[in-house]
Amino acid sequence: MTITSPTAADPTPVSLRRRIELSVDGQPVTVHEGDTLLDACRQVGVEVPTLCFLETLAPVNVCRVCVVEVEGSRTLVPSCSRKAEPGMSVQTASDRVRTSRRMVLELLASSVDLSLAGDDVQRWIAEYGARADRHGPAAAPAAAGERDRARPGHHHVGDGLSAATVHQPAKRDNELYQRDYSRCILCYKCVEACGEDAQNTFAIAVAGRGFDARISTEFDVGLPDSACVYCGNCIAVCPTGALMFTSEADLRAEGAWDEDRQQVTRTVCPYCGVGCNLELHVQDNTIVKVTSPLDHEVTSGNLCVKGRFGFQFAQARRAAD
Amino acid sequence: MDLRVTRVPATADERSAVDAVLGEPESGWAGGERAAVDGHVAFGGLRRAEERRHLLLPALHALQDRVGWVSEGGLGYVCTRLDLAPAVAYGVASAYALLATEPAGQVVLHVCDDVACRAATGDPAPLLEANLGPTGGTGPVSWQPSPCLGYCEHGSAALVLRAGTDGGRATVAPFDVARQGELVALGDRLDVQALPTPLALVPQLERGDPSVRLLRRVGRVDVASIDAYRAAGGYEALRRAVELGPAGVIAELKDAKLLGRGGAAFPTGVKWETVARNPRRPHYVVANADESEPGTFKDRVLLEHDPFALVEALTIAGLTMGAEQGFLYLRGEYPLAEQRLTHAAEAARRRGLLGEDVMGSGLRFDLELRRGAGAYIAGEETALLNSIEGRRPEPRNKPPFPADHGLFDRPTGINNVETLLCVLDVLTGGSAAFASTGTPQSTGTRLFCLSGKVASPGLYEVPLGTSLRSLLEQAGGVADGRPLQAILLGGAAGGFVGPDELDLELSFEGARAAGATLGSGVVVVLDDTVDLTVLLRRIAQFFRDESCGQCVPCRVGTQRQEEVLARLLAGRAGGVLAGERALLADLDAVLRDASICGLGQTASAAVTSAVRRGLVAGLQEGS
Ligand SMILES: Cc1cc2nc3c(=O)[nH]c(=O)nc-3n(C[C@H](O)[C@H](O)[C@H](O)COP(=O)(O)O)c2cc1C
Ligand code: SF4
Ligand code: SF4
Ligand code: SF4
Ligand code: FES
Ligand code: FES
Repeated sequence: MTITSPTAADPTPVSLRRRIELSVDGQPVTVHEGDTLLDACRQVGVEVPTLCFLETLAPVNVCRVCVVEVEGSRTLVPSCSRKAEPGMSVQTASDRVRTSRRMVLELLASSVDLSLAGDDVQRWIAEYGARADRHGPAAAPAAAGERDRARPGHHHVGDGLSAATVHQPAKRDNELYQRDYSRCILCYKCVEACGEDAQNTFAIAVAGRGFDARISTEFDVGLPDSACVYCGNCIAVCPTGALMFTSEADLRAEGAWDEDRQQVTRTVCPYCGVGCNLELHVQDNTIVKVTSPLDHEVTSGNLCVKGRFGFQFAQARRAAD
Repeated sequence: MDLRVTRVPATADERSAVDAVLGEPESGWAGGERAAVDGHVAFGGLRRAEERRHLLLPALHALQDRVGWVSEGGLGYVCTRLDLAPAVAYGVASAYALLATEPAGQVVLHVCDDVACRAATGDPAPLLEANLGPTGGTGPVSWQPSPCLGYCEHGSAALVLRAGTDGGRATVAPFDVARQGELVALGDRLDVQALPTPLALVPQLERGDPSVRLLRRVGRVDVASIDAYRAAGGYEALRRAVELGPAGVIAELKDAKLLGRGGAAFPTGVKWETVARNPRRPHYVVANADESEPGTFKDRVLLEHDPFALVEALTIAGLTMGAEQGFLYLRGEYPLAEQRLTHAAEAARRRGLLGEDVMGSGLRFDLELRRGAGAYIAGEETALLNSIEGRRPEPRNKPPFPADHGLFDRPTGINNVETLLCVLDVLTGGSAAFASTGTPQSTGTRLFCLSGKVASPGLYEVPLGTSLRSLLEQAGGVADGRPLQAILLGGAAGGFVGPDELDLELSFEGARAAGATLGSGVVVVLDDTVDLTVLLRRIAQFFRDESCGQCVPCRVGTQRQEEVLARLLAGRAGGVLAGERALLADLDAVLRDASICGLGQTASAAVTSAVRRGLVAGLQEGS
């Protein structure tokens, strides 16, 4: 399946939209009006790394790993959000593009724990030659809550001998899922999923600014004191493992998490009449995680607390009885 | 949606402060009992909430001004009044340096330790620590360092904030050792209103130089009197604009070849025409008075000493671009300008120069002043629009541009203060006269902010195309006749110019040809006693502090840049200097090329220019 992002934003059927001709790395490409440069690249089989982009969310274009060079443009442009225009000449592998992508990966790798961010990210780091170590040894992790109290416009200027990071203890304030912001690349996906793009709950937002920017509830209150309804839609979109089912986190901590031993079963959620699709991830006869297919036309991967965590509840009850 | 607000109640003081901005709650539905039941309140509807969201920042200011911080209860009360989720409002509050989300002392001194003051008088921290203890204390009088406060010509400055019904905000400049002692002795008996009004230094006026145009009324015309303003030529431009009509005004601006003074040098006539022609309504106009570029004080001088001029100019912008509503976004660190502009707008309204029928034209226009809250990034035009809308001051991706999708997604004309005042000059003197000043491409005069180690610091107005040498000579050269080490031209986002480059022509094209930028007209003079590495580290710290944090290149890149400079300063880069140089070059590349906005794109400019010119000890090119 080719996924063309603007179909959500632009309701005009693809067949009625104007065709646009441009070139990617010298190859001619034809896309439809409203399509992005990323769509054009994918169409000709050019891989473009992406981190903050997700088909089901409005592009926020903040990670900048997807930048490409467009002839005549002063700066590089984010391919995930820039619309294709007739006659554009796009370069995806020039020195400028490769340097910027390498540096974005390097800056993230030197400040965030990317170990669960997926194989693609590890591969890109290697392919682009990003070297986190050149920024110095990682600074000691912050104490719990320390980064949440950072004051905008003020920070301690260190001696530069170690590289500042976002490392800190994971936040565990409820039974269902944990937030390990040591792994957070600030892609805004969870904020979008919790707010405008899906859940309309607005339990979390970006707080602070600059290197101290972070995902937060109001005044960093725990999730039980926040507006969170535990739909888990933020977990579903988080690309780095920062947001994770407690069941998964515990197994990982024990060294027992093993995707090779897991079975994924598709089923329909029994709790109400909407009929959301569920994917139950089962390891050793225990449901360890529940997801929903992103490409589902009604739910786009979103669920409510019952579908997301109901099974786990049932399981926990059974175990307790 | 279900809106959940915290169960910590607001105090009576907090409620009354917020109600003073938002009005009394209409019914139990807003701010009444409903919040008390279980912490959940029914959501009043997305549309209504969106319509009122622009009141968020004024409401947060009200809390800050009354109790000295934005508490959990206070924020919760604002959220119930505005149907806003607390996490979202907290995200906004925590993006501004002048809003505290933890309790603070009653009197807080924000003391400038930025480039121009540092170059002139050094780091104020040691003395303040001796007098007042460490930064950020919660005693009755506390202090914290601040980025440039826009009073650089005085060489030192402090913004004094006192919370409470008897509180206030005022700037003290210069903020020298004697002043510090005075304020500390007063302690919490300090009466902010009684502090002396800071002055502006404009040496050309003291000398009676007749060539100044934008500055001609500064210090000569009663800032509180609309009659005095009119007697000094005020409101002639508006009369002419009404006669000419929108097409005529736009033609004049194009003929004058006026380029924006806010940094990007965009042709003002083209911008106004784009907005005026856009069929989507309503239109808005915005005056960008967020001046925060370190070393810049030009807009402040105009705002404080010629406040009616901006009111008149924004009115012309509104009538020309077909807007009935204008916003004047003023940086939060300019309380004196705020008082004077508020007074000027009221006086204009009383005279029928704002309101239903502006100057008998049959057209409606009014303006509202919005106060910023300590964020350099809010001066970037799209971040500024987000700030007015009650969102985090994060720049938007461009395109689309504000002229098409601006404030509340409507066509919006946004201009710098100096640009708007040039419009008055174009209309009163005529486009031909304006275009005959300056160079063929850079027309008119330009304001330059001279500070640091210069004999006569202050604001200067010269025709574009004047050489840097001549400007420096007008200001009496380097203070005490010492040798010039370098000049920081254009601001922290600008770059360094060496003593061998004084023939640089101060025009947009001249600066570009020399690999420099005029930026916001900053000229910080640095003699041989200034430690440039210290200054560079301060600049790196500035960008690290002011980045909005949205994009990776800037959020992490500014942190890494600061770390490199800290290492160089500590002299501990030994043996790996080649590595440091390569690192700075890579950071420069990704910041310039891949950042979302101008902040990131220029965050490495000063450092890069210093390295290229061999001004950083140990980091000479090729070493
Ligand atoms: C980080 C940043 C800060 C800015 N701050 C200001 C400012 O304080 N005042 C201003 O007029 N323009 C500022 N600008 C430029 C504005 O984005 C915009 O270009 C300008 O207001 C347009 O006005 P003009 O056409 O009259 O120059 C800033 C730009 C950036 C990237
Ligand atoms: S679980 Fe749902 S409601 Fe809670 S933070 Fe995540 S997206 Fe928001
Ligand atoms: S928690 Fe995950 S989804 Fe949210 S911003 Fe961080 S990395 Fe992105
Ligand atoms: S460049 Fe910096 S200030 Fe601009 S959007 Fe990116 S993080 Fe924000
Ligand atoms: S994927 Fe395009 S900016 Fe993040
Ligand atoms: S007021 Fe201190 S640098 Fe501008």
